[in-house]
Amino acid sequence: MAISRAEIEEKVTDVLENALGADRDDIIATATLTEDLGAESIDFLDIQFQLEKKFSTPEKAFKIEQGELFPENMMSNPDFVKDGKFTDAGMAVLQERMPHVDVSVFASDRNVKGLAKIFTVKSLCDFIDIKLKK
Amino acid sequence: MRWMWIDTIVTYEPDKRLVAIKNVSLAEEHLHEHFPATATLPAQPVMPASLMIEGMAQTAGILVGSLRRFNEKVVLAKIQRAEINADVIPGQCIRYDARIERIDPMGAGTSGTIERMDHRTGQWEKIGETEIMFSHVDQNMSGLAFPEHNFVFSDSFRNVLRSSGLGHLMD
Repeated sequence: MAISRAEIEEKVTDVLENALGADRDDIIATATLTEDLGAESIDFLDIQFQLEKKFSTPEKAFKIEQGELFPENMMSNPDFVKDGKFTDAGMAVLQERMPHVDVSVFASDRNVKGLAKIFTVKSLCDFIDIKLKK
Repeated sequence: MRWMWIDTIVTYEPDKRLVAIKNVSLAEEHLHEHFPATATLPAQPVMPASLMIEGMAQTAGILVGSLRRFNEKVVLAKIQRAEINADVIPGQCIRYDARIERIDPMGAGTSGTIERMDHRTGQWEKIGETEIMFSHVDQNMSGLAFPEHNFVFSDSFRNVLRSSGLGHLMD
């Protein structure tokens, strides 16, 4: 049976509350994981593991592959990142690999430090939504 | 020299589980400070809970390291949950039972139970639970570089593995 968007949002909120110790009232669609909810780099792995657990069923395991939810192996690639900023190729790959995020949010400065801003509560819910429909 | 908070490994199930033992002794100096006598109370030496968590982290860390033949630098990244409900006093024994929950190129999640045994009864009693995450530090998302040699699994860890009959895991 398909899971509704409301159920996805409820489960994602549970995960973020548990992984980040965030207040449920602060876990709104537009909240960014880092700036608004205080996530640090290791929390991303924790969130990934907890989402897998939360959305797995006895019939089907929900497995998130490396680099599927959050970008990896891009920062050290000079084709994708130059002088601390994403290149055209980097932006294209980012959007292609991660349809659940809106890279236009930081398209103006492309600074890698701004990358965290594209990961919001909504983007996590979109990720789950897209993946469950595959 | 790294301060080891486990004495020996008693069970090793590859890729799944590792169990270690810590004997708590009154000869350990830190127990005399935790807690010393006051004007109104006698000394109450008890094993600090924080060091029990470190003992579990060392147990689970060895288990995580063994998954990749100790080629990854495994560091404690996050204590998701730690609950310890009873004291352990000198003469008692602690058992750390660690299990792998999830492994990924970037790190691993573990769960663990902590038990104590009083030699007067010989019975093990569960006194706590942990959920601890480890990072493979060379695979960090920020791309930071660390020294090439494995500074995590030092001689102290090797000695515990060897004396537990598991030295071959590091060969």
